[in-house]
Amino acid sequence: MPARVLVVDDDPALAEMLGIVLRGSGFEASFVPDGRRALAAFRATKADLVLLDLMLPGMDGVEVCRALRAESTVPIVMLTAKSDTGDIVAGLEAGADDYVVKPFKPAELVARIRARLRQEPAAEESVSIGPADDPVEIDVAGHVVRRGQDVLTLTPLEFDLLVALARKPRQVFTREVLLEQVWGYRHQADTRLVNVHVQRLRSKVERDVEHPDVVVTVRGVGYKAGPA
Amino acid sequence: MRRVWRRNITIRVVAATLLLSAVVVTALGLLLSHQVARGVLDDKRRAALGEFTAGVTIAQGQLSQSDAVDQAQVTALLAHIVQQVSGCQNGGYQVQLLATTNATDAFYDCGSSQAAIPHALRATVRSQVEASTYVHLGSAVQLPGTSGSPLALAVGAPLTAPAGSGPYELYFLFPLNTEQQTVALVNRTLLLAGLVLVLLLGGIAALVTRQVVTPVRMAARVASRLAAGRLEERMAVEGEDDLARLAASFNDMAHNLQRQIGQLEELSRVQRRFTADVSHELRTPLTTVRMAADVLHEARTTFPPEVARSAELLTAELDRFESLLGDLLEISRYDARAAALEPTRVDVAALVRAEVAAVEPLAAERGSHLDVDGVPTTPVYVEVDARRVARIVRNLLSNAVEHGEGRPVEVALVGAAAVVGLRVRDHGIGLRPGEIGLVFGRFWRGDPSRARRTGGSGLGLAIALEDARLHGGWLQAWGEPGRGATFRLVLPRTAGGVVVAAPLPLAPDDAPVDA
Repeated sequence: MPARVLVVDDDPALAEMLGIVLRGSGFEASFVPDGRRALAAFRATKADLVLLDLMLPGMDGVEVCRALRAESTVPIVMLTAKSDTGDIVAGLEAGADDYVVKPFKPAELVARIRARLRQEPAAEESVSIGPADDPVEIDVAGHVVRRGQDVLTLTPLEFDLLVALARKPRQVFTREVLLEQVWGYRHQADTRLVNVHVQRLRSKVERDVEHPDVVVTVRGVGYKAGPA
Repeated sequence: MRRVWRRNITIRVVAATLLLSAVVVTALGLLLSHQVARGVLDDKRRAALGEFTAGVTIAQGQLSQSDAVDQAQVTALLAHIVQQVSGCQNGGYQVQLLATTNATDAFYDCGSSQAAIPHALRATVRSQVEASTYVHLGSAVQLPGTSGSPLALAVGAPLTAPAGSGPYELYFLFPLNTEQQTVALVNRTLLLAGLVLVLLLGGIAALVTRQVVTPVRMAARVASRLAAGRLEERMAVEGEDDLARLAASFNDMAHNLQRQIGQLEELSRVQRRFTADVSHELRTPLTTVRMAADVLHEARTTFPPEVARSAELLTAELDRFESLLGDLLEISRYDARAAALEPTRVDVAALVRAEVAAVEPLAAERGSHLDVDGVPTTPVYVEVDARRVARIVRNLLSNAVEHGEGRPVEVALVGAAAVVGLRVRDHGIGLRPGEIGLVFGRFWRGDPSRARRTGGSGLGLAIALEDARLHGGWLQAWGEPGRGATFRLVLPRTAGGVVVAAPLPLAPDDAPVDA
């Protein structure tokens, strides 16, 4: 069954072109032209991924992103006309997994969507990360994350990020390595993606975000599994 | 101390006022004191002379009428005279009757000790002249009604004695202690009044200076706040005097300044807004065109040759159009001062290597070898905006490859204590004299007759220069025809740092360094 992509974009020509490209790449596309109806359309289509234009009439893309994230862990890829950093960071902090700057090449967009929809075959049943007396338990095959009694709701991206760190607890991951392993970037990309998502991940898995013991920062290098 | 003196008008004015008024008041006080003393003494002298004249008249009368013949009678008469004119009880003076020739023949009315009459006075009196002088008395001398007064008025006159006895001299000694006390009191009062006056003048000077200086200081404070960007600052205008006019003009100036800056800010805001709008409005259709072109490009094998080639040209030119648009937007962001630095800790050695790898395909196409032996293999951590530095490096590398004539391009990176320097050297056509200043110009082309091959936007080096400046760094060029061109980037290692010296030379070692 082809993956369903919901395109939230107000520009009809671009939306149609996106449809052509997506269908050409084997996805099933549906469209919604404004932010206010995006949430309802998402519920109706049960999309596997949302392609979201940041500049939308009705409801700002960042708000749509926040609303979607509030009720779903669906992967969200932003389309942004601005390389201005403020909007991108705002979108990422609102929960977007990745972004593509207009004008993009179709191949680039498809690569980003595929990376978000990719389901890695689970190599092992479960791994754990964090302090030995209070670890975060990850059921890789079942996509379930627990810390103590709590079941944590992670987005697929946050799940991949956590698993990547947990599998090699002794390795220090640079942001570039994480971008390649988790986001699927082969070339250099925006390291803020990593920073923002580590923060989002920490807010879910850490007991004390100010003193993380699951995902720790290695100053000047990157991140590694805790405790340090 | 000197600093306070130089910086504080009030202190200077008050000090000058104190000094000048002290001089004037002292001179005035001395004059007054002198006048008062003279007036007091003159009065005393007049009264004393009156009493003395009366005494002399009595004494001379007695002497003239006497019929004493022997020494004993004369002695008794003289003693009687002295008792008659004595001022011991009510006159407050001492009487001395002295024989001119006989030193032992002397009569006193009272007092246990006698003041010595100055020789000069006695000499004058002996020459039959009435005279007076002031006498300083020794501390042992007690005059009637005095308490150790050191000054007295001595008045003397010759007496004509009956025949047979030598001439006599009559002296009155008037103590001046009352007058001295008066003068001393006046002097003390004058001194006190003078001191109070000087201090008062100093206080008034301080007050007046404050009145003038306070608004000036306020103006200075407000001006410095304005300069610091707080454009809404104004001075308080009170009254209609010169200071109020100063404050009003100052406020007018500040108001105009604020208005103009506001207009400029508005313009800049409109420009930024326009840039953002253009960015959005242009990029959305461009994205559609881009995707459509790519779809056509993918399917070009199924097209007739002309259509296929058209699809290829469309895609290639879209790349150029995109990079041109991106550069234009970037430069307009700089022009609108909307560019902000986002420094992070970056390994520039890795960054340079990554950019070299990205330019490698283009270099291979041109036959240029990118020599990175000068880039350290160990990390060189620097606090910079990675995106901008990567763009500078990319621009320098592609520029070197484009103008490198297929010869090697050498890349060197040196990390010093406070700065990091990157040098990209090609051995291509180089730069003609005068072109060094032009290479960073917008849309400047080294040789218009040469065919463009890479199709850069012409803004690359201009943007690179702005990127370097935003970091507080240097971007410099060197070149000679036939010897190639060199670009050197020097950045501070920490955000907000300054570059004072470059860690590696710009020109080749055999050429003079042009820093």
